[in-house]
Parts: sequence; C-alpha cells; structure tokens
Amino acid sequence: MIHSPYIRKPASVQRVMGTVLVALLPGLAAYVWQFGAGILVNLALGSVAAIAIEALVMRLRKRPVALAVGDLSAVVTAWLVVLSIPPIVPWWITLLAVIISIGAAKHLYGGLGQNPFNPAMVAFCALIVAYPALMSQWPGAGQLDFAAQLDLILGGARQPDGITAATALDALRTGMRSGASVGTVFSGNSAFGMAGGRGWEWVAAGYALGGLILLGTRVITWHLPAAFIAMLAVVSGLFWLIDPTQHASPLFHLASGGAMLAAFFIVTDPVSGATTPRGKLIFAAGIALIAWLIRSFGAYPDGIAFGVLLMNICVPLIDMKTQPPVFGHRGGHS
Amino acid sequence: MLSALLVMTGIAIVLGAALGYAAIRFKVEGDPLVEKIDAILPQTQCGQCGYPGCKPYAEAIAQGAAEINQCPPGGEEGIRKLADLLGREFKPLSEEHGVEKPKSVAVIDEQTCIGCTLCIQACPVDAIVGAAKQMHTVVDKLCTGCELCVAPCPVDCITMTPIPETVENWKWKYPVVELRRVA
Amino acid sequence: MRSLFRFHGGVKPATNKAASTSEPIVKAPLPRRLVVPLHQSIGGTPHPLVRAGQRVLKGELIGAADGNVSSAVHAPTSGLVTAVEPALMAHPSGLTMLSVIIEPDGEERWAELDRLNYKSTPPDELRDFVRDAGIVGLGGAVFPTHLKMNPGREGRTRTLVLNGAECEPFITCDDMLMRERAAGIVKGTAILRHLLQADEVLIGIEDNKPEAVAAMQTAVRAEGESMEVVAIPTRYPAGGAKQLIRVLTGIEVPHGRRSTDFGVQCFNVGTAYAVFEALTCGHPLISRIVTVAGNVDRPRNYEVLIGTPMSDVVRLSGQRTDTTRYLMGGPMMGMRMPGFDVPVVKATNCILVASDALFPPPPPEQACIRCGECAHACPADLQPFELYWFSRAKNFGKAQEYHLFDCIECGCCAYVCPSHIPLVDYYRFSKSEIWARERDKSASDQARERFEFRNFRQEREKEEKAAKLAAKAAETRAKLATEPAVDGAAATPAADAAEDPKKALIAAALARAQAQRAAAQPKNTENLSAETQAEIAQIEARRRTAGSAPAADPAPAGTAASAPDTQP
Repeated sequence: MIHSPYIRKPASVQRVMGTVLVALLPGLAAYVWQFGAGILVNLALGSVAAIAIEALVMRLRKRPVALAVGDLSAVVTAWLVVLSIPPIVPWWITLLAVIISIGAAKHLYGGLGQNPFNPAMVAFCALIVAYPALMSQWPGAGQLDFAAQLDLILGGARQPDGITAATALDALRTGMRSGASVGTVFSGNSAFGMAGGRGWEWVAAGYALGGLILLGTRVITWHLPAAFIAMLAVVSGLFWLIDPTQHASPLFHLASGGAMLAAFFIVTDPVSGATTPRGKLIFAAGIALIAWLIRSFGAYPDGIAFGVLLMNICVPLIDMKTQPPVFGHRGGHS
Repeated sequence: MLSALLVMTGIAIVLGAALGYAAIRFKVEGDPLVEKIDAILPQTQCGQCGYPGCKPYAEAIAQGAAEINQCPPGGEEGIRKLADLLGREFKPLSEEHGVEKPKSVAVIDEQTCIGCTLCIQACPVDAIVGAAKQMHTVVDKLCTGCELCVAPCPVDCITMTPIPETVENWKWKYPVVELRRVA
Repeated sequence: MRSLFRFHGGVKPATNKAASTSEPIVKAPLPRRLVVPLHQSIGGTPHPLVRAGQRVLKGELIGAADGNVSSAVHAPTSGLVTAVEPALMAHPSGLTMLSVIIEPDGEERWAELDRLNYKSTPPDELRDFVRDAGIVGLGGAVFPTHLKMNPGREGRTRTLVLNGAECEPFITCDDMLMRERAAGIVKGTAILRHLLQADEVLIGIEDNKPEAVAAMQTAVRAEGESMEVVAIPTRYPAGGAKQLIRVLTGIEVPHGRRSTDFGVQCFNVGTAYAVFEALTCGHPLISRIVTVAGNVDRPRNYEVLIGTPMSDVVRLSGQRTDTTRYLMGGPMMGMRMPGFDVPVVKATNCILVASDALFPPPPPEQACIRCGECAHACPADLQPFELYWFSRAKNFGKAQEYHLFDCIECGCCAYVCPSHIPLVDYYRFSKSEIWARERDKSASDQARERFEFRNFRQEREKEEKAAKLAAKAAETRAKLATEPAVDGAAATPAADAAEDPKKALIAAALARAQAQRAAAQPKNTENLSAETQAEIAQIEARRRTAGSAPAADPAPAGTAASAPDTQP
C-alpha cells in the first residue's frame, strides 16, 4: 500500500554514489599524471572485486543482489580504499583491502547504511598493521614507468628497493627523529615539493576540486571539510608559529598525505559519520586533531585512518549530544 | 611497602564511606520492581495467571515464584517486556494459562438478563451496573475483558465481543519492506 | 515592504496548478444520493437528529455537536432521509462511519435561516452559532473553528493570519475562491478579527498566485479594511499553519501549544468565507470548493455539496480510463481513498485522480545512508532519519524524545530521500502505535485503580459488617442480662437474634421480588418461544432452591442453563 507523498524528487543512492565517483576523477587524473597509470590497474581490480564481493555477500545474506550492486556504493568504497593505499601494492593487497572493507567492515554489520566504521579506513588500518612494509612503499613522482608498476602489482610482493622514495611525511618523521630541523630535512630531500610531497600537492589540488563538485551538487555539506581543514591548519599552524624548526607548516600538512582526500571524501562518509551540523564540526575537527597528533608524535607517518576510526566510535554520543533545536523548541532545548 | 599498604587502605576507607553514604542518601523506597512489573501487566485482573489479580502476580514474579509467561491478556508482547525488564529468557505463553485473544468487552444480552447480580459481584473493576432484579449492563469503557463475569451468569447472557475497529482506534500499519520483490 | 522570515527546509515540487485555474468555479449538479458522514471534524461524533423516512430541508441540522469539541452537520439539500447507517468513509482506513443518506427531491428548499449581526452579538453566542453552523477548518485539518475564535490570555490577539498560501501541488480551491469571492473572504475575516480583537491582519498568499493577491488587495480596499495582503515565497509547505505564522511573524508555535498563547491565530481563507456565509446569509456549511485535478481531461474547481460521491464530481471533469484511485488532498499529504464513491466531506479540498502513469509506485526502498537530505528538507527542523531508525526499530520512546510529534507529516523528507524510504509511513505508524499505547496505559491504570478501590471497599464492608454484628451481640447480651426473668424457651430465639432478623429480611425480600417478578414477567417474556419459556421456568425453579441455600455454587446452575442450547 502506497501512501503520501506520491511524488518524489528524482534522487537515488546510485546518483549520489555516481557523483562521488565523478568528483574523484580530477584527483585521479592528477594522480596518473604525476605517478603513472599503475593506480588505474589497482583501481580496476578493486572495482571488479568490490562488485563481485558485494554480489556474493548479498546472495549469501539472501538479499536483492542487483539493487545492491547497482547502487555503486561498493565501487565508491573500493575506489576510496585503493586511493588510500600505495598504487604499486601487489594485486592481492588490493583484493584483501576490498574484502576487508566490504565483506567485513560493511556487511558484517548489516550492509549499506549499518556500518559503524568507515569501511575504507578499516581496511587501511588492518593492512598497515598487517603489512607495514608493503603499505609504506610509495613511488616518487615520475619515478616508475607503467611497465615497472605493472610488474610490481602483478609480480607479487617484492622489495622495490632503490626505486621508491620515502614520502614527504615519512621523510619528515625520520628526519625529525634524527634531530634535524624542518628546514634541513626539506632542503635535503627530493620527496618535498612546493607545498607538500612532490607530486602529491597536485593530487591534493585535484581532490579539492572534486570536493567543490560534491559541495556544488550538495552531496556533502561544508561542515565536515571545513572543520577538518580548519582544525588541521589551526593546530599545525599554532605549533609551527611556536617553533618552525620542529613543526611543519599548515600548508605542508594540508597538501601532503591523504589530507585532501580525507577532507572531502573520507570524513564525509555519511553512514559512519556524525549527521548533525554541530556534530559534523566536532567529528571532523576530532579527526584532524588525531591525525595531526599521530603525524607529529606517533609511530605512523599519517594518522587520518586512525583518527576516522576513533571518531567513528564517538559518533552516537556526538549525534545524541548535538541534536539541533526543533521548530518551536529553540532556546530552552539543549 | 608500608606506604603502598597505607595508600590502598586509605582509598578503601574513602570509597567505602562514599558508597555507604550513597546507599543512605539514595535509598530506594518500597519495592520498585513489583511496581514496574505491575505497570507492564494489562490490569485485566482476570486471574488466568493463577493469582488473584495483577498485583499478586507481579509480586510472585518479583519473588521468582511465578514464570513470566502466565498472562494471556498481556500476550507475547507483554512477555517480551517482562523478559526485557527482568533480564530473563523469553518464553512462549504457557498453554495451561490460556491463549491470547483479541481484545474484547463483555456484553450482556439485556433480554435474557434476570438481574441476579452475580456478574456484578464477579467483576473485578466494578464495570457492571445494575441492581437486584434489574437489568444489568456493562460499561464497556471500563471493561477489561477479563471474562470473570461469564461463568457466574446463571442464564449465560454474557458474551465476549471483540472491540471493533473504528476510525478512532484504527492504526497505521508498519510499512512493508519489500526485499524479495526485487531479488 | 514587510520583512518576511524563513522556515528551515521545504521543497519545490512542480506546482501543476495552471490547468485547474483556467476555468471559473462551477456548481456541481445535484447528485442522485448524498451520503453525509456525521463525524466530519476533530472531536466528538455528532449524534443524528433524523430518522430514515424523514424529510429534511436544505440547511437543516441533522447532527448536533457532541459537546464543545465537535461541530454540527447539516442536510446539504432538501429531500428524504433514506437511511442512517454506517457508510464507507473518506479515510485511508477503509472503515465505515455512521452517515445520513439523503435522496434529494430537487427542490432545494431551504430551512428557516438564522442570521446574526456579529457586532451586536456577545462573543459566546457567536461561537455557539459558528459551532452550530458546522464550520471547521477548511484547509484540511477540520478543527472546529469556534474553538479557535478565542482571543488569548490577554483578551487580545496581536496578529490574525489568513492562510491563502495553498502550497500543495495541484490544489487550487483557495486560489479560485480568492479570485472570485474575495469580498466574502474579507468580510468573514473582519468577523474573525472582531472576535479575536486582533491588532493586525495578514493575508499570506504564495507569490505564484498573482491574480489571487490582486483580487484580495482590491477587496480589502473596497471593504475599507486595514488588512495587509502579503505575497510570500513559493515553497512547500509554506501553507502549513506553523510555517505560515513563522514566515509572516517570525513566531514559532511549538507542538502542543496554542498559537493564541503567542498572540497569533491562523485561519484558512475558505474558513473565513464560510464564517461570512453563515453569519451574513445564514447558510451553514453544506458545500465547499473542491479542486478536481490529476488524471482528468478538464481539471477544474467545483462548488460541491458535502456528501456528494467523489466519482460524481470527477465525472464532470472527464475521468481518464487508466485511473487507479482517488486521493483526497494533494500529492504530498493526500490520503488514498478506499473507493471511488466515498463522499466529499468538509476536509475535501481536492480530489486528485491518480493513475500509475501520473504517480508511479516508488522504486524499491533502499537502505538509509544517513545522507541528511531529509534533515535538510524538514520544515520542523527534525532529524527525520533518526526518527526513521527509531520507528523502524519500534523504539517509540526514543522517537518521542527526538520530537516525533513535532512532525507535521508534510512529506518533504520522503520526497527528497534518495533511498526511496516511505519515511512518513513510518512516522504515522509510530504515532498511531504511541496513541494506542497511551490509550491502553490509561485504561489499565484506570482498571488498576478501580480494582484496588473494589478490594478496599470489600474489606471495608467486611469490617463494617463485623462491627455491626459485634454491636448487636453486645446489645443482646446486655438485654439478656437485664431480663433474667425470661424462661429458657424464650432465650433460644433471643440468642439467635443476631441472625434472626436477617433471615426474616431475606424471606421478605424474596417474597417481594417474586411478586414484582410475577408482575413484570409478561413485559419481556410474552413473545418468547415455548422453549425459552420453559428455560425461564427452570431458572425460576433453580432460583427458588438457590434462595433457600444462598451459598449454592453457581457453576452447576450455569451448566444446567446452557443445556437447552444444545438440544436440537
């Protein structure tokens, strides 16, 4: 029996997810331009695997398969997880990443809309803990040609020593550990570019452009990216102002690692994130703070993934405590 | 070593005092469990559970003397609520105590009624009006549907009539999620 | 230019209003049969004042208001009452309701009409007059109008808002009424203003109805009234009373509070017109303007008598063959009708004729991804997806905590939901479940109270009886002590004195009852069959034996009485 409303806006989950995929394209283009087409191989692999796993799990759960595959949510998860891990990981790492994110982090909790944790970040964290070496091999900009990348992806786990350079965040962390100042670390390493890591600053710009598409199409609201960027800039800027020899600049923090991907595509996952306007601000700012703390003082070069998972845990509390006032109940309501 | 012991002892004394104070300060009056159980029971006072009314049954449950599945008017939902409240396992309604029926009220056939007052005496909630030798009638707003008046009637003029659905008590149905249709 | 306020959210669906405003309002012809439901407003069901076979005149009272929260119902035309029986209601439940069925005689003879000069009539009398004229909110909520005609606590109302926003797609009945009968609306508004002692009157009309705005402005000038016609931005649901008050005055009236407490009152333009008709012409509410739109060839507005079958009205507009159902109201909040012949009632602002092509069934429901589109669209600033999760899980307490009852069921959330979830259905389900539970709760509380009082009473009676017996025994003992001369034979009955008068009383009562019964018996037994007569005789016999042994168990008597039923 159908009841009112009888008319609906032509909107669908598929359209939302499709917009996200389109918005990822500028960043992806920059990625290919700077680091070679190897990422496309993993991306294709991840997408096919995601669809296959989604279909398999839905069948096992006796749920409609076509609807779930058609909504493109699995492909979005696959893209995000592949873009978060190094582009030259062996094919089975990609496969594992997709299995963990979709099979475990999403469907074990009840499928789309039910997962408390960001699936892509669950997979990232699991893999960086399980395969720290493979997950830290990032190619430098323009360092590897497509054949070499293909060889690394399909040839199994090999140490591509001498071909990959440490990323900017990694180099900074190692440099600081050895007692050098930020300036000397920067000047002595080819990993650093104009703002962030060499080449990565372009990718970051591409993601930011995609983020504007998402904002323009109202797939995301300004709260999450704004709070994330502002918090990262403020906290890193504060320490940078206090001691620029020991702390990198806010610009460096924003342009390196996964900061822009996170700001517009990772922390904006609606399912596992906060939903109220104030809650979104707290949620994204919390992630930025944790990410900066781990970058500056932790054992891992980047901490966004851990920040996301830690803040995911807080979402029910954040949402509960930040319910916006209801029509007619403004003022007296908390 | 000694200082550690002293510190631990000190902590124990402070915490103990705090707990003791809390126990006095926040003392719970009466037996709220019985009240809570009683609030879940449907208050038909029908005695199908084997106790003379809902309150005695609630007391029996609280003491562990009775099972939670002896109340047919409360039905499965009532048992679930009791199971939730008491942290016990859900059990299907015990058959010896009766079956769940649609909510009904007693109706007296006024042509047959001889005015014997037996039903008036049986009604646990005084929902039947009438006097000796006068026709009786059930105030259906007050009737709990306990059926206690049915057996005493010497002329069998009382029937249980299910409460009809009207625009006032009609309920919107739970939206059906059609998962299989698209499978 | 007045500065307006915004309400949060809202949507802008295609309005589809042009087609039904191209032709003027026309009177629908008299139908063959009118079905007038007695319950057409919020509140108590009016009791019928007519019987089958009775002739009624146009405008004659056929259902009197049941208490103050209720509204009267009148015969829409003169004719013969053929039945007073339950008939299918214009309600999504598909249930029946007591209705007066009238066969028109075609003469349209009016009953004697009462008119009132509102300026010289005391307010209480005016309110009663409006109640007895059957006037209810014609925007669709059908709340009795006389209950809203009270100024607030201070005896004054700051702002009287007249609602001509009409934000739902397809519906144009208020638009056409304002275009054609603006003067009547303004006069009715003046009456309402007088009753409410309102300082200012704001007539809110969505800016997609320039003709209505112009017509109302002209009428206000012509009547010499100081009212302001305000064009407000077109955005659904700007016509919701709370939203309109917010837009015009900035005041937010919370759920469960009366707007008069905030110095505002809001009426629909149709209601104002009905007030004018009732007081000035003496016509009670027996017809209303109804838009027929959707799957018809000639969408149009009709003046329809209450009780006219919907299919009769739709036929005038040329119903298309692929029609599947009627909706009462617009596509956002309309109610699906259980049949084509349900009557037009006071709440019927629009008959929206639906087909699967016009309103296709929604795509399959998908999982909620908490995207927040619904929260963005909600005009009540709710978090609809949270309410959905709680309603789906039947966690009604939480749903209420998240202000479920502030939901106005406008449908914006479901309209924008990318997962095609029938959100409003979940809220309706939750609300009616909560109401049912509250009814059950108050019934069981009452039962508990009555049971406890009964136990207390029985206890008290027992004690009183014991006390009485003890007193009597003491008295007897004292008597025996003072009269030692009485011989042994006489002492025995004296010792029994405590019980003796009781026995005598029983005997006397029994005799009296038997005499009474003998006298009363022919009254309700003379028409009975021989079998039943025999049964009664049997019962009487048992009663006599029971009388001599009052403690006899009634159970065997019961089985004996049921025995004749089993005989062929």
